Amino acid sequence: MTTVLNPAGPATSAGPAPAPGRSHRRSGSVRQRIEIAVLMTPALVLFLGFVILPVVLAAVYSLYNLPPAFRWEHLADPERFVGLANYERAFGTPEFVRAIGNNFFILIASLLVQGPLAIGIALLLNRPMRGRSVLRLLIFVPYVLAEVIAGLSWKLLLQPQGGVNAALEAIGLGEWRQNWLADPDIALWTLFFILTWKYLGFAIILMLAGLQGVPEELAEAAAIDGASWWQIQRHITIPLLGPTIRIWAFLSMIGALQLFDMVWVTVAPTVRSMSTETMATYMVQQGQFAGQPGYGSAIAVILFFISLIVALVYQRFALRRDLAGAITRGVR
Amino acid sequence: MTATTAITTGRPPGDLPERRPAGRRFDLGQPFVYLVALVVAAVAIGPVVYVFLGGFRTTADLNADPAGLPDPWTLQNWATVLGAPRFWGNVFASIVLAGGTTLGVVIAGIMAAFVIARYDFRGRQGLYTLFTAGLMFPLTVAALPLTLLLRTLGLHGTYLGVIIPSIAFALPTTIIILVPFLRAIPDELEEAAQIDGASRLGFFWRILLPLSMPGLVTVGVLAFVGSWNGYLLPLLVISTGTLPQDLWPLPLGVTQFSTQYSQDTAAVLAYTSLAMIPALVFFLAAERRIVGGLQGAVKG
Repeated sequence: MTTVLNPAGPATSAGPAPAPGRSHRRSGSVRQRIEIAVLMTPALVLFLGFVILPVVLAAVYSLYNLPPAFRWEHLADPERFVGLANYERAFGTPEFVRAIGNNFFILIASLLVQGPLAIGIALLLNRPMRGRSVLRLLIFVPYVLAEVIAGLSWKLLLQPQGGVNAALEAIGLGEWRQNWLADPDIALWTLFFILTWKYLGFAIILMLAGLQGVPEELAEAAAIDGASWWQIQRHITIPLLGPTIRIWAFLSMIGALQLFDMVWVTVAPTVRSMSTETMATYMVQQGQFAGQPGYGSAIAVILFFISLIVALVYQRFALRRDLAGAITRGVR
Repeated sequence: MTATTAITTGRPPGDLPERRPAGRRFDLGQPFVYLVALVVAAVAIGPVVYVFLGGFRTTADLNADPAGLPDPWTLQNWATVLGAPRFWGNVFASIVLAGGTTLGVVIAGIMAAFVIARYDFRGRQGLYTLFTAGLMFPLTVAALPLTLLLRTLGLHGTYLGVIIPSIAFALPTTIIILVPFLRAIPDELEEAAQIDGASRLGFFWRILLPLSMPGLVTVGVLAFVGSWNGYLLPLLVISTGTLPQDLWPLPLGVTQFSTQYSQDTAAVLAYTSLAMIPALVFFLAAERRIVGGLQGAVKG
């Protein structure tokens, strides 16, 4: 997932103010225009051609019934135009509706479990201690690994004859053994566990980084006034950590809605379609491997709008202060 | 920040029966803190260690006692994996993809960011907004049409077919990070360079570029790691193409290997751990960049 380090985006864009009063410089001269054109062109062409265009095309394709060997002429064929039928089909397919539910399950469970866990651990670890930098390295390891590689490792560990079941037996909890990733009743929970393992370290590091910005004087002052450790955390540190928590929650939610790699790699297709399908895996399965690019594109558009709505609603209600409209308003 | 509101919610002084010096309580919690730290670290790296150790075992040993230590230790799996061209081909492909993406992102990104940050013209604001809006267009949504588009362009099944879209999707983050960076460089420097006879581009090349090196490194590291770990794009563009498996990037190569040799668990573990090493080494080398980038990010 490439979006993971995006906190750098919204937060810093609200940073340094643009230097004013540059207008005295030959604005509008031919030379300047050429420079702007030459410098902007590569980024602009790439961005418009490979980010914006495909998303627009997804919307167009979603209105067609397209064969796997797609050609542009198909778009001119009125027989292939099906209007909103792909969307009707998607919302009428239990597997896809369940996929939406699974995405929201992961989203909510992540917020409820990973958030408090990360904050709690970060608060505990936020003090001078031996081996702090080593510890920071270690808890960041799962995050650095590719989702695919982490997923494969867990898949091996969670096999019926794998390390986890053997370890349970070794400590006398043999009856807890499960077919973790192949039992449709528990596969989604297993998946959530793996995701928590993968992303908790990132959340902890992010919270620790946020805690660096909380002035120690406040906690000291409160301690002198007799506040307990817990009162200090509850009434001073956590509220001051608010912006970090809200940005983490935003990243976590967007990640949960886009979830693909981990599910695709760890859960066998048959089990996936029964219990752990996500919007993205369903999209790739139908659009690419079942050879229905039109239907797959409709799924992509639905995924886009769900993500957009979640992002906008969240930004409206939670991120407003932190970003000060960084995304919607731009430079200033 | 919310400092002022937070302080007022604190308890009034003297409300508590006992006053103790601040430092003492923290010391009492210390053993507990180390315990938590130990547990967290163990959970984080436990599976990784298991995979690494598994690479030193035989499959028979693994089947007999999945949770045990290697008995006997063997280097056979590593030798097999490292001796086959396949692993090196995967590494080569990943390096080409990640290297190409990084180079492209840095070059296209700094050029665009330079214009947005330091030129004054109509539409500057619009351009910036356009790129920031790109954050809302995830690769997942564009993936299917992108694959078809690449077929039309004859790029499907090629490295360029992965590199070009990867650059495009890394541009928003890159520009958002670089613009404030370039803005922060004082105007006086530019004026001084101008007086000394440097053109706009001369200033860009000789002064701005060296000064923005830290920003470029951060952006480059992000792009490299993102591409190195990327799976969806290679899956759609490469695995369905004609490129031989020996030249697939690592994430694809590892999944393919694990399917193909699913009976030989030890070999799969060795292959998986070898695939982890480059990312871990790179992370160790760039750790301060990555974590430092995060710290910078949340200070806003």
